[in-house]
Formats: sequence, C-alpha cells, structure tokens
Amino acid sequence: MIENIFTYAFLLQTLRISVPYFLPSLGAAYSEKGGVVNIGLEGILLTGAFFTTLGTYYTQNIWIGILCGLTAGFLIALIHGIATITFKADQIVSGIALNLFALGLTKFLCRIIFNSSSNSARIPGLETVNIPLLSSIPILNNIFITFCIILLILSQIIFYRSKFGLRLRAVGENPAAADSLGINVLRIRYAGVLISGLLAGLGGAWLAFDQHSFTDGMSAGRGFIALAAMIVGKWKPMGAAAACLVFGFAESISIQFQGTAIPTQFIQMLPYILTIIILAGFIGKSTPPAADGIPYENTNK
Amino acid sequence: MNKVIYSILGPLAAIIIALFIGAIIISLIGKDPVEVYGVLFYGTLGNSYGIGQVLFKATPLIFTGLSVAFAFKAGLFNIGAEGQMIIGGFAAAWTGFTFVTLPWIILIPLTIIAAFVGGALWGFIAGYLKAKYGSHEVINTIMLNFIAAALASYLVNEIYGIPATIHTPEVSGSSFLLRFDAITGLFPGSPFNTSFLAAILCTIIFYFIINRTPFGYQIRTLGLNKNAAEYARMKIKKLVVLSMLISGGIAGIGSINFIFGYKHYYELGFSEGAGYIGIAVALIARNNPFAIIITAFFFGILEYGGLTINTMVPKELVTILQALLIILVITFVRIIDVLKIKFLKSA
Repeated sequence: MIENIFTYAFLLQTLRISVPYFLPSLGAAYSEKGGVVNIGLEGILLTGAFFTTLGTYYTQNIWIGILCGLTAGFLIALIHGIATITFKADQIVSGIALNLFALGLTKFLCRIIFNSSSNSARIPGLETVNIPLLSSIPILNNIFITFCIILLILSQIIFYRSKFGLRLRAVGENPAAADSLGINVLRIRYAGVLISGLLAGLGGAWLAFDQHSFTDGMSAGRGFIALAAMIVGKWKPMGAAAACLVFGFAESISIQFQGTAIPTQFIQMLPYILTIIILAGFIGKSTPPAADGIPYENTNK
Repeated sequence: MNKVIYSILGPLAAIIIALFIGAIIISLIGKDPVEVYGVLFYGTLGNSYGIGQVLFKATPLIFTGLSVAFAFKAGLFNIGAEGQMIIGGFAAAWTGFTFVTLPWIILIPLTIIAAFVGGALWGFIAGYLKAKYGSHEVINTIMLNFIAAALASYLVNEIYGIPATIHTPEVSGSSFLLRFDAITGLFPGSPFNTSFLAAILCTIIFYFIINRTPFGYQIRTLGLNKNAAEYARMKIKKLVVLSMLISGGIAGIGSINFIFGYKHYYELGFSEGAGYIGIAVALIARNNPFAIIITAFFFGILEYGGLTINTMVPKELVTILQALLIILVITFVRIIDVLKIKFLKSA
C-alpha cells in the first residue's frame, strides 16, 4: 500500500486538495497580520464558489466566472471590514454572522436561480484552459496550482521585503506606534481584510471548477481548516503553505486507504487537534500578532 | 431607565432595518413583502400550533444563549456551544438507549446529568488549555466544534448508528420528555415539550449563581477586571476552568429538546447551528438571562418562520435575516455609543 503514496497521481491529489486550504489560509495571514481575525473565510469560500458558478454558467467563460467569485469574496470581506474596522464591532461575531449570511444567501439564490436547494447546473472547468508552454509541464499545467506557487513567493516578498508588508505587520503588532509614525492604520487593515476576501473568493472558484458545479455547503469547513493551517504555520505564508500541504497529504492518505486502519473521521480531526496542540505550545509555540482581534481606537482624536 | 432604552434601541433599529432589507430582497424576486411577512407572523404567532413550534425552536437557543452568556460573564468567549451540545447530546442519548430498564424518575435526571457532563467535558478542555497554557479559547472552541462533529460522526456511523441512517437507536421510552400537547392539550401538534421548563429553571439558576453567590461575584469580577480579581486573590485559573466547564454543561443540556422531546434518538447534525445562534442570542440580550429568553423567542420566530413562508420564498430568507440582524446589532451598538457620547457632551 505504501508504494501508492509515491506516485505522480498521489502527489497531484495532495496538491489539489491543498489548493482550497492554501488560498484562504494565505488570506487569513494577510488579514490577521494586520490585526483583524477573519473567521468569515468559510462563508467567503462558499460565496466565491457560488458566484463563480453563476458567472461561468451564464457566460460559459471561466475567467468571467473567476471575476464574479473574486467580486463576491471582496464584497463579503468589505462588510467584515466596515463592521469591524470602521465600527469596531467584535471580529469573531461578525465572522460568524457572515458565515451564516453566506450559507443563507447561496442556498436562497440557488433555489431561485437553479431551482434546487442542493446543487447548481453543470459548468465547464479548468480543462478548457490551455496556456502554451505550461500545458506541457506536469502539475504546473494546472493554472491554479501554478498560481498558488506564484502567490506564495509573491506573498513572502510582500510580507518581509515590502513597505506594505512592514506596515501590515506594524498595524497588527502595535497599531498605536504605527499610527504615531503616520501610517493609516485603518486603511492598512482594510487592505489586509480585502486581500483575504479576494484569496478566499478565489479558493471558492477552485472548488466550483473542481466539482463543475455548486453544491450546498460545499466549503465543508475548509475555511476553518485554512485558519488552523495559518495558526499551525505561525501566521506566515510559508508556514501556512506547509501546513496546508500536511493537511492535504493526510486527507490524500485517508482517501487512498479508505475503509482500512484509521477511520476517516480521525483523519478529519487531525488539523484541529494539531492546531490545539500547537497553540498550547507543545510543538513550538505559535503566537498571534499582539493586536490581533483588537479594534484600533485612535485615542488622540 | 435611560440605560434600558439605549440597550433596546440598538436591537430594535437592527430588527427594523433587517426586515426592510428582507423586504427589498422579497420584492426583487417578484413577491409581495407584506404578504410574505404577513404569512410569517401569522404562521408563527397567529395560532397556538405556530407558537408551540416557535417555543420548540427557542428552547435550545435559551440553553446555548445562557451557555455563551455564562462564559461572557467571566470574560471568556465560548464559540464552542455547538460542539458542547453535540458531545452532551451524544452522552445523553447513549445513556438513554443503554440503560433502558431504569424507571423515568431515575433515567430522566441521569440523561440530563449525562448531557451536562458531556458538554462540560468539552468546555473543560478549552478552559483547561486557557488556564494552563494561555491558549485562546476562541480558536480552541472552534477547533473543538469540528472535533466534536467528527467524533459524533464516527460514533454514529461506525459504532452505534442504525445502518443506512444517520441516527442511533431510539432511547428508552421512560426517558422521553413529554410534549405539552400530550399533557395539557395546549399547542396541539407542535413538538414543544417539557425541556422548555428545564430551560426556564436553568435561567433562574443562572441568575441566582451569577448575582447571588460568592462564586458568581468572583466570576463577574474576573469578567469586568482581571487585575482586580487577581488583586483580590481570586483563583483565576480555577475560575476560568469552572466557567468554561459550566458554560459547556449548559450547552450540553440544550440537546435534550431535540433528542428526548422530539425525535427520541441522536441524529447527526441535530444541533443545526444552535450553538452559533446562541452567541447572537447572548449578545443581543447583553448576557441578561431573562432577556435571553425573549431574544431566543425572537430567533425562534425566525427559525420556524422560514418554514411557514417556504412555498412563497426560499426559507433561507430567514437565515439571511438572522445574519443581517447580527451584523446590524454589533454595528449599531457602536453607533449608539458614539451618539450617546456626543449627546452627553452637547448637554
């Protein structure tokens, strides 16, 4: 059975499973590095998947579909930003409300538009995309996987080598100090949250194309696994990516060995248990940004 | 008096605006909002069956609302009522279908204790991790919700479940919680049952513990000012663990409404997000136990109201309304606070 793991198909499967973890996970890093907890990522994934399906269904063009998914993710993140950054509402409660909103909205629209509460019509997927040069390279011929790799490298540069990254980390660690240096704390936080919305929306697009349709509740907790991966990855892009791959690998194994040895439910628990263990500091302490989750109040005005 | 008005103003404005946005959505899909809302309110409040259904839906929300509020009083944010309800529910159901020979007078208290203990165990884990390692209860309780769901799925699908279903065998008849229509003839046909009385009792006990005992005093002190609690030599770690444990236990008991009052078995997904709605209930009620009953009743109207309008507009409309309501409430609290400060400054 072990030899099944060292195959191209297994590697590809692991990567494919990791994509919808990685995109929102990276998004969570942007949002939380800036000091805003976004547990609405689960809902953004779902909404992104729905609107990607809708756009693709009407135009039969996956790019317009992706654009719809991104827009939906952006708008939900914008609500989160307005509620939590401008009006300093509780970030956790806002996130929970947005998840509820996404669940209700997608099901509502699914019934109105596709006349079914459980799934949409079928849409074309990524197999229609043909990029010269890349198409002949294994793995990289999947545009989403290629894009994830580019995003990861780019984010690593943005986080640690750019002015924006420095400011983002500053407003997440010590917003008052950042403010006193003339950094617009609220604007930087908005940027972090909106980027997380775009990335999670894109994750939703992947889900829709991978399954060639929208199904009710198809995000299936991936937004939370993404959050877990980001914590396990210590709020860093590279760390988050590595954690997503570990979770993807575990899931691949559980699919490969279905019905044998370990029940799938225990594999499902793995990301969550690992997160708890890491947060407790058993395997290298993971500490959130100091001002993570705390609305910024300018006391001088 | 002013304080009461301010605390009602926000939620009230939020309800009106949420209903207004809902009306726009209804109009957009070509239906008449007045008619849809008319059916919703008549179907839920206009007849005794509807009221029974609303109270049935409100019952678990009272428990989860109290659960979240209890932790809030200690300054802890329990997102885990959902998972605590799942574990408590399974423990209670297991007791119910295992000890089938016990008479009701022993079995019913036993199932309720099992529900409490199961939920308390799940709450304890988060409390212990917080007290011992300082890890944040918000993330841990979210993670524990998913672990609970997976664990329940394993227990039902692989061990105790009836094949080809997603539920366990039926619990012993002597553990059933009677429906009010069977006892009194009121609310005929609705599954509204005696677990509601347990919810009311729980509310009173909540009030008593928090407001009338030294333990409650310590919890409130910890919630208001951790430094003050430390300075007064309170055992903070112990308080954190106990608060989460009790909070989890209350959420656990929330499961009995469905399991012993309605379906008489444990079914996967029975909690239907009651743990998360409980957060909204506690928040809008500002952690006041008696306001929690009223808020839970209102959410019960929406929960059951969805089913009454389902033939006209998709029932998910009410989920959208609930979400809007929560977002508006948490946003308005802030706006009203700002207005209040401006008003006080100008006066």
